[in-house]
Amino acid sequence: MTWLHDFVLGAPGTTPAVVWGYWVAAVLTLAVYSFLYKDNPLYRFAESVFVGVGAAYWLALLYHNTLVPKLFVPLFPPEGEPMLWYRIFPGILAVFMLLRFFPKLSWLSRWSLGFIVGMYAGVNTTGFAQGDFVAQLHATMTTPLTEGGGLSIALNVAAILGVIATLVYFFFSKEHRGALGGIARVGICFLMVAFGASFGYTVMGRVSLLIGRMTFLLRDWLHLMH
Amino acid sequence: MAQFDLRNVDRRVIFTLIFVAVAWPLIQPMRLPMDVTPPVQQLYDSVEAVPPGSIVMLAGDYSPDTMPELQPMVVAFVRHAFRRDLRIVTTSLWADSPPLIEAAMTPLAEEFGKSYGTDFVNLGYMAGGTVTLLGMGASIPNTFPQDYHQTPVRDIPLMREVENFDDIALVMNISSGTPGTREWVQQVQSRYRVRLASGTTAVAAPPFYPYVQSGQLVGLLGGLKGAAEYEGLVGATGDATRGMDAQSIVHALIVFFILLGNVVYLMERRARPTGAARPARAPEVSP
Repeated sequence: MTWLHDFVLGAPGTTPAVVWGYWVAAVLTLAVYSFLYKDNPLYRFAESVFVGVGAAYWLALLYHNTLVPKLFVPLFPPEGEPMLWYRIFPGILAVFMLLRFFPKLSWLSRWSLGFIVGMYAGVNTTGFAQGDFVAQLHATMTTPLTEGGGLSIALNVAAILGVIATLVYFFFSKEHRGALGGIARVGICFLMVAFGASFGYTVMGRVSLLIGRMTFLLRDWLHLMH
Repeated sequence: MAQFDLRNVDRRVIFTLIFVAVAWPLIQPMRLPMDVTPPVQQLYDSVEAVPPGSIVMLAGDYSPDTMPELQPMVVAFVRHAFRRDLRIVTTSLWADSPPLIEAAMTPLAEEFGKSYGTDFVNLGYMAGGTVTLLGMGASIPNTFPQDYHQTPVRDIPLMREVENFDDIALVMNISSGTPGTREWVQQVQSRYRVRLASGTTAVAAPPFYPYVQSGQLVGLLGGLKGAAEYEGLVGATGDATRGMDAQSIVHALIVFFILLGNVVYLMERRARPTGAARPARAPEVSP
């Protein structure tokens, strides 16, 4: 009886709003999983609800977290605070983006896109050069081949061989034959191992999401986990 | 009597087996053994090496869909930091992260007797991605003028001790996409030499392991497994540890399916006469 009470009305101390939330989430979760049996109206209903709620949630979130504090408040500040008039420029660029919907003025949206592309290209190029290219090259070139135990040295040698062989595989100015072809084939092996590891991690990630939902259903909704 | 054809197993049979393999260990835990991998141990050691009273940053860049993997990491890190008397400043480049971080921190703050504003502060979300990171390098209070509760950051006691990354002993980035760990490495670690650690979804983890080897990350938690290992080191069983039994059983089942599929394929090929065309596949069952 206690289990039935917890299942229908929630565990002691749980507010009705939380219990309702559990029920709605559980029904929608089961509706989505019903697609695994076959496509059905319940699944489509859950899908539509998700799309609609998601769009509205993001619109409200971005309005309150970005437009209000970054644009509206600085331009129309409370009494006693200075007006940040220069925020009008990003505001104008934002309006330009929306002009894509008007064919005669859509060319103005390219100014906004140009600004975004130029700025991010500049920031990310230096970031990539410092954070990835130079740092990873440095780490590969300074990999210790004599420190640590036998396994450590073997792994470091494998890392260096892997980098060289994979780079050779992507060297297309000479036909991959003879010694070059052999090294390129070793490079493919390293790439396959990397893809396999990546796929394995992807499987793990997807299973984790299923575990998360099942934990919700079995613990919070059905009270079957202790 | 109809024969069970291994070449045309209804995928719903596989779904059912996966369902049972996940549900059963959750209801009846088996406590399967689990080793701690070096990147997780390094993260734990790095947090242990931070002197008590120091300020660490928890940068949460994730959304609710990745909570099963990432929320246990947040809980374990906050528990670890509070237990070592570290003070926590949280930031976010993702708009939906701040309430998730708040949900993890509030009960732990009560458990450890920590006060908002002196022991921890949630600076909330700031738009801009990489540009925000660069701004934080110059001044964190100027980049986040108000906290998550709209309090001016300069009025918060803890934030009077924080100007930029020089005042942060360690940054723990919880990341499920872009902007996330890669941006923190490229824009913050490489420019300001911050001690940076990361916890990511399993899907995103493989490209970040070279950062651990190069020393750009002082530790890495990859997916639910990484979270469970960290929970074990911190000494608090959480959702990640509880989920690992199911994870292991499902992985074993998937490996079995892969082997079975290949054995059936080889048997079918061997039984086929030389030169015969491959039989057409059976029509797939929706979906």
